[in-house]
Amino acid sequence: MAPPPDHRLPIKRAAISDQQRRREVALRLQADRRSDAQNRARQLASSVLSLGPEPATEPEVEPEQEMSEASGQLAGRSDLDPVRAARLRGPEVRKWFARQLMLPEWMVDVPPSLDRDWYVFPRPSGKRCFVVSSNGTTISRLRNGSILHRFPSNLPNGARTKDVSGPASSYSILDCIFHEPDETYYVIDMVCWRGYSLYDCTAEFRFFWLNSKLSETGASDPPSQYHRYRFNVVQIYECNLAGLQASYSGQVPYVKDGLLFFNKHAHYQAGNTPLALVWKDNVCSQYVLDTDSKGQIPSQQQVVLELQNDGNLTTSDDPPVALGSLSRDLIAQSGLRVGNLVRVAIKDERMRLVDGKLDLGELQLVGKTNHSRAFADTYSKVLFQHAARHAPLRIEDLVASIQSNSSMDNSQALDVEMEG
Amino acid sequence: MALEVTQILLNAQSIDAATRNHAEESLKQIQEQNLPAFLLSLSAELANNNKPIESRKLAGLILKNALDAKELHRKNDLAQRWLSLDLATKTQIKTSLLQTFSSPVSDARSTAAQVIAKVAGIELPHNQWPELIGSLLSNIHQVETHVKQATLETLGYVCEEVDPQVVDQEQVNRILTAVVQGMNATETSSDVRLAATRALYNALGFAQANFTNDMERDYIMRVVCEATQSSDVKIRQAAFECLVAISSTYYEKLAPYMQDIFNITSKAVREDEEPVALQAIEFWSSICDEEIDILDDYRSEYTGDSDVPCFYFIKQALPALVPMLLETLLKQEEDQDQDEGAWNIAMAGGTCLGLVARTVGDEIVPLVMPFIEENISKPDWRGREAATYAFGSILDGPSPGKLAPIVNVALNFMLAALSRDPNNHVKDTTAWTLGRIFEFLHGAAVETSVITQENCQQILTVLLQSMKDVPNVAEKACGALYFLAQGYEDEGSVSPLTPFFQDIFQMLLFVTHREDATESNLRTSAYEALNEVVRCSNDETAPIVMQLIPVIMLELHQTVEAQKLTSDERDKQNDLQGLLCGCLQVIIQKMGSIEGSKYAFMQYADQIMDLLLKVFASRNATVHEEAMLAIGALAYTAGPNFAKYMPQFYQYLEMGLQNFEEYQICAITVGVVGDLCRALEDKILPYCDGIMTQLLKNLSSNQLHRSVKPPIFSCFGDIALAIGENFEKYLVYAMPMLQSAAELSAHAVSQDDEMLEYTNQLRNGILEAYSGILQGFKSSPKTQALVPYAAHVLQFIDTMYGGREMDDAVMKSALGVLGDLADTLGSHVGPLISQSSSSKDLIEECMVYDDPLIRESAEWAKLAINRAVSG
Repeated sequence: MAPPPDHRLPIKRAAISDQQRRREVALRLQADRRSDAQNRARQLASSVLSLGPEPATEPEVEPEQEMSEASGQLAGRSDLDPVRAARLRGPEVRKWFARQLMLPEWMVDVPPSLDRDWYVFPRPSGKRCFVVSSNGTTISRLRNGSILHRFPSNLPNGARTKDVSGPASSYSILDCIFHEPDETYYVIDMVCWRGYSLYDCTAEFRFFWLNSKLSETGASDPPSQYHRYRFNVVQIYECNLAGLQASYSGQVPYVKDGLLFFNKHAHYQAGNTPLALVWKDNVCSQYVLDTDSKGQIPSQQQVVLELQNDGNLTTSDDPPVALGSLSRDLIAQSGLRVGNLVRVAIKDERMRLVDGKLDLGELQLVGKTNHSRAFADTYSKVLFQHAARHAPLRIEDLVASIQSNSSMDNSQALDVEMEG
Repeated sequence: MALEVTQILLNAQSIDAATRNHAEESLKQIQEQNLPAFLLSLSAELANNNKPIESRKLAGLILKNALDAKELHRKNDLAQRWLSLDLATKTQIKTSLLQTFSSPVSDARSTAAQVIAKVAGIELPHNQWPELIGSLLSNIHQVETHVKQATLETLGYVCEEVDPQVVDQEQVNRILTAVVQGMNATETSSDVRLAATRALYNALGFAQANFTNDMERDYIMRVVCEATQSSDVKIRQAAFECLVAISSTYYEKLAPYMQDIFNITSKAVREDEEPVALQAIEFWSSICDEEIDILDDYRSEYTGDSDVPCFYFIKQALPALVPMLLETLLKQEEDQDQDEGAWNIAMAGGTCLGLVARTVGDEIVPLVMPFIEENISKPDWRGREAATYAFGSILDGPSPGKLAPIVNVALNFMLAALSRDPNNHVKDTTAWTLGRIFEFLHGAAVETSVITQENCQQILTVLLQSMKDVPNVAEKACGALYFLAQGYEDEGSVSPLTPFFQDIFQMLLFVTHREDATESNLRTSAYEALNEVVRCSNDETAPIVMQLIPVIMLELHQTVEAQKLTSDERDKQNDLQGLLCGCLQVIIQKMGSIEGSKYAFMQYADQIMDLLLKVFASRNATVHEEAMLAIGALAYTAGPNFAKYMPQFYQYLEMGLQNFEEYQICAITVGVVGDLCRALEDKILPYCDGIMTQLLKNLSSNQLHRSVKPPIFSCFGDIALAIGENFEKYLVYAMPMLQSAAELSAHAVSQDDEMLEYTNQLRNGILEAYSGILQGFKSSPKTQALVPYAAHVLQFIDTMYGGREMDDAVMKSALGVLGDLADTLGSHVGPLISQSSSSKDLIEECMVYDDPLIRESAEWAKLAINRAVSG
């Protein structure tokens, strides 16, 4: 019997051998990994990740929204990229993620050029998290690094579907708030997209990118078998009068929790930053004043601070700001140790500013915080909460600031732009 | 100055080894001492009618081998050597060769024809020997029949050797005229007619212009069709071979002839001898190939503008074509399933039917179903086998929606046939058909799989049982399991295979140990199925896969220890080692990718590495390749911990890089260097001197297969990325190599798709090297060392951009390099980049590209450049 012609494969013969497949798989993996390594290198150069974010804290609005797990040490520098971070295990991974979110300061006074250099949008109420999609799964992690959901999604490489446009291992990272009532992730920022870092990009670019890319993927589609949760983009406004008004009183499909302000020129910076600000009042948030551990609003302002070895109580800013101290006797009596977070009450009449610095005077120990508490308050939060009780920064003040800006437009135009 | 070589040539064919060796030695010496005289003597020997045919034939053969070789570099060397001979010698040799045509001895004429073609292949592209065609054809009408035959044969060989572009149209016209006249029914000598028909086969590629001329094309087609009706079976076969070649070269010109061709082929398939019938079927397979390609082009969104329109010949012929093919299926041969190289009318018919199904899709189903229903239960096994074969053949093409209802009904019948049909052919084809069902109607890509949780268990039971059947049936059952498992590769933890993992592994291992496992490729199929089942394991089944590791290691250990084997045993041993290494590779990849099993797996790493190192003692290429791939996978899984194996492994790595002859091993080893770079990062530094030295040597060698060179460049990038600024000491060697390769590839004019693809691979490799080096140096104080090269890199991209032949991968890499230049060198290259003609245009162009990855690369390059230019 003569063999078939060279180019004609008999239909009963396998088209490719498993050996050929092994070879091809090996080559494909090598190519993917090379491309990963290249992208990693491309990001590390300019990534803010490597610049060492501050120990961080999040503006906490109510205890039940705090993280269920505390993350331990926050000090130290983070120079890992998300790919390697994904290989970390247990506490390490939590620690890493805990340091990655950009945390807005509380707005205690109105920044200049609000209308020109800032965006504003109503902040969805819910759980702040990092959403990472790669290798066929999507994982959301809370600020303390613990996993909120692991699910398939339409984000790039977010589900094990046959559609692959690029290496399966390339990852995307979104900064989101998970809003429980409608089980939706509201995307408030984009950190990485298909393996490309957006850390070193301005908010202006990131929001543009977010709006154009997210819709391409079908991530905003209603949930389906391979897309467990919907991802929605939050409407972002120029911070002019109209934008501020729309954010403040406009209808949104989610429960509002204050307003977020982003400086257009700021890069994504892990940790606290004055280039993103949060502001709220009773109209746009249910949680203006802090609650105590029982969920009640205490008669006196309470703050959570960290005990240092010199007895000082400090904020979670970097560097930490000492707001008062506890006596050694009291520390010994109450069994406190260095690093503990303590809740203290402020006697209003004792609070004052000394040389532009807040001094809380005598502090009254309320107790240790519960386990879920991971971070001390920030300086800006203490100030905001104090102001909220006495002389709050009102929406009228914001409006006035914008109006005055526009009336003296020319004189402000020469301001140096911020570099983030 | 002719030497007397007759006796030496005869001795070189002596049955006495000593005499033979001595003669071969003498020939070698003469050749080395005086090449022109040697070649002259050979040509004189070939031309001399007084010499014995044995010495004349060998003289011609040695002459031919002195002009051409398979390996490209040797081929080029020989061509250069011929061109540099003095003119008188060459002229005399060519004269002798042409004289040989008048020899009454047909072997001598035929040998001369081949040698002339080789000389023409070298000289015509250099505009030498322009009178060749003319002198061959000058008196074609007057010469004796045997000279005419030799002339036509030579024309055929010449057309096979040389590129159509080097022969001008006037000469093409003369060649075709002579050839087609020789084929004509008025030619009385069937030797001449056969030689002419075979010559036309080779000359078709030259006939582009003639095929656009209606009259000439009609004439050629008429003569070819007439030749299919010759009384000489060889002429009929050759004529059908011409039709097959025409179907792929001139598809778009066929419409006027299709009715006639259908009649001719249909008669041949039904009535003619097998070699002719096979070619007649091949014609239709070839038309399917064309239409499948065109329709694929129609479907792909990127190249909507196919130059050739689809004429839907298959669709039009369908009602008559399908019955004709179905008839062939009943012409099985008794032993066809045992013979791996078998090819007969039934097999060709089924293969063609499969292609027809892929061409027309759903339409074929109603035409085939009656045949299946009529034959599937026939008492004669031929009916049952043909019906099953028809069913299996049409499973790729029609929509799952069309097929699923039929398959749902057929599945139980098939399973019963596989268990109980008394005939092995029927069982063989049934198992194969089941495999096709799983391949095309099951898995994540298919909306509703025909396999359910319920029938999966039944299917598995039957398949595992059939693995105890005769080897060819067991082999097909393994193949079916392979595709069943493949459908669950993306299934995650809910795979219905999960409860059966243990049973499946047990049975497959049993099969690999069968006495007759080397028959019908059974053992290979069993390991392939094993690999596929491992690939679809998950968190839950990982522990069972883990139990497999010591078993496979033990088997491999036994092969490594085996001694004193006969050469046949040695071959089988090598096959087995290759399979076992392949299996380990798949297990390593899989266990390394499941987080929960990775650490448990790593406890075996030392032993596995130990075994793999021992495997390198084997001298077999496939085994080395498989072991190397397994080691690459292990390195990736082990990460920096792999460093401890490097001292022992390094020698084999170096060996692999030095393996020019088995270039596949060299290529795989280069890939493994990349794996090692990513696993070890800067811990690879101590080995880099050796690796870089070898890679640089490889690049400068013209003996290494060209396909290895692009990965070597990419590998430079991998190394630079791993060791960062430590790459500085290699810059002085690597950069000039990259530059000269860049220059060559940037200006390369690609004559065909294959060359274009290679050029783009090379460009991509070079760009990946630049990227790796640039990124490796980023934020290093030594960045300055790269500044002098920036201009060249930009120029490389400019030139490629100007040439307009970059494929997507190259485009993406080029964008990456532009961004990397800006990112690493910043303001040092800002002005340079601003001046680069391509950077702006390329980026702008790619910003609106269809491929999102390219678009994003472009947007990113732009961002990086903006930073560099403004900062």
